[in-house]
Amino acid sequence: MTDLLSPAEWEALALSLRVAVVSMLGCLPVALALAFLLARFRFPGKALLDGLIHLPLVVPPVVVGYLLLVMLGRKGIVGAWLFDVFGVSIAFTWKGAAVAAAVMALPLAVRAMRLAIENVDRGLEDAAKTLGAQPLKVFATVTMPLIAPGILVGALLAFARALGEFGATITFVSNIPGETQTIPLALYAQIQTPGGEAAAARLAAISIAVALIAMIASEYMARRIRRSIGGVE
Amino acid sequence: MIELRAKKQFPSFAIDAEIEIDAEDSGIVALFGKSGCGKTSIINMIAGLLRPDAGKVVIDDRVLFDSKAGIDIPPYRRDIGYVFQDARLFPHMTVKSNLLYGAGRESGTRFDLDLITELLDIGHLLTRRPGELSGGEKQRVSIGRTILSNPRILLMDEPLASLDGARKAEILPFIQRLRDELGLPIIYVSHSIEEVVRLADVMVLIDEGRVAASGDVGDITSRLDLYPLTGRYEAGSVIAATVKDLDADYGLTVLDTPGGDIRVPQLSLSPGSALRLRIRARDVALAIERPTGTSFQNILNGTVREIGERIHTRSDAAADAMVEVSVDIGAPLRVRITRKSLDELGLRIGSPVYALIKAVAIDKHTLGRGAGSEHAARYS
Repeated sequence: MTDLLSPAEWEALALSLRVAVVSMLGCLPVALALAFLLARFRFPGKALLDGLIHLPLVVPPVVVGYLLLVMLGRKGIVGAWLFDVFGVSIAFTWKGAAVAAAVMALPLAVRAMRLAIENVDRGLEDAAKTLGAQPLKVFATVTMPLIAPGILVGALLAFARALGEFGATITFVSNIPGETQTIPLALYAQIQTPGGEAAAARLAAISIAVALIAMIASEYMARRIRRSIGGVE
Repeated sequence: MIELRAKKQFPSFAIDAEIEIDAEDSGIVALFGKSGCGKTSIINMIAGLLRPDAGKVVIDDRVLFDSKAGIDIPPYRRDIGYVFQDARLFPHMTVKSNLLYGAGRESGTRFDLDLITELLDIGHLLTRRPGELSGGEKQRVSIGRTILSNPRILLMDEPLASLDGARKAEILPFIQRLRDELGLPIIYVSHSIEEVVRLADVMVLIDEGRVAASGDVGDITSRLDLYPLTGRYEAGSVIAATVKDLDADYGLTVLDTPGGDIRVPQLSLSPGSALRLRIRARDVALAIERPTGTSFQNILNGTVREIGERIHTRSDAAADAMVEVSVDIGAPLRVRITRKSLDELGLRIGSPVYALIKAVAIDKHTLGRGAGSEHAARYS
């Protein structure tokens, strides 16, 4: 099994998965909170917030990468503070890659979860309240189980988006083998290298295989959740 | 004791209602009115699902809402059970988990799972999911879930409205059993006068967000001025009666009513049993002298109390020929006769008349407080 891929390919694959999983996990709670805010509340500046969340979907990824660099770089507004207070620098590290991927994935995750939240029958929540359930219990026992499929879809989209992230990542954290060189970045490097065609093809195949496995796994999970919710399919 | 004073402005509609009812004594209180009159909004305000713009909600001396004092107890602390029209079972839980969802509530009442599943006949459904239940089964589970949350009072919002005739007939007896066996005060919202007459003792008539009338079901349904609201279909009177005597020779039961004795085919009830009669307006004829040589067994004397207005509906020319008269026989009795008869008999308010009753429907549930089927007697 280990012979199937070269050590460099293993490294890129492991890094890609780590970046994708971390960015997905970081993205989910933020996306869920934002989705709730947008689905359930009316407040001034809602359209602006909605627009800001969707920005990564419409501006060139390089712009997002540039903004992250300006803000989170060692000399950036937030980055300088992070470094002074915590001694942490995320620019040019795999953590930075995860942040870039999370920002790019956010709009997709928010959209999927918002749709699921808007589809929850508020009447069921009212019923739970009249049965004596406090808001937290209503959320945990009624709302969460009903939006679980939407959260799963959001998570898959975030994961897939993170696996494929390229533009923002290369701009923000550069293309450092072993640190920030995920599969798409490695693929790009091979294409730039004379004689790297075969290696590029192998990386493309790995990329496709990972995406397929993720999709099939999520479809399987979604079906199980649907069955547990609907009783019958 | 339920006290509600509430104002609420909607974009195209306003509620301004004042209701004060003693639900413990009255068993089922019906909130009756046409669709869209504000009935559901009113009970939502009692349950705390809708906040009045101004007003006060008090149940058993406990203030649940008071706009002046800034009190607004959230719905999950009001100890009010709510059966929704659309059952609202949690689709991701089994029937048993649904039933036990609110079972932890401490509120002074306590109902037991076995008792309730038996009462509602849902014991065989416990492991199923709501998606596998019929409409009637869902509604029964929903009623059970609400009762098992130990409410102090039960609100029911048209629990039968989304069911077909057969399913309705399936649920009605269960609601009657709730009233008779659990002793839980119930506020029952309905737009069906048949359901109200069958289940409730006291009704509150809602029209365009306001209380048009409230009181005993018999009084309200016999008031001709409320005729457009209570509806013409199956118009009639509801009269309280007790079993007085049995006439074994002729197979008749004699009932004591405020208007005098009424004889009906024999009932399986012992003397002293309380029951409720429903007499449809079209099953009564009037005479200005006591008729002789007639097969009518039940002839009650009274005076004309009220004469209804002509009903002008272009679509219903036949209705224009009829007029409703309310006769005081000790209790109000609605009578439907032709306008021609009204003129020929020269009836005015205060005229003495004899009411000839053709048929009586007996509703044992309503006052008898015991299980039993409905008898309808038709004779002359």
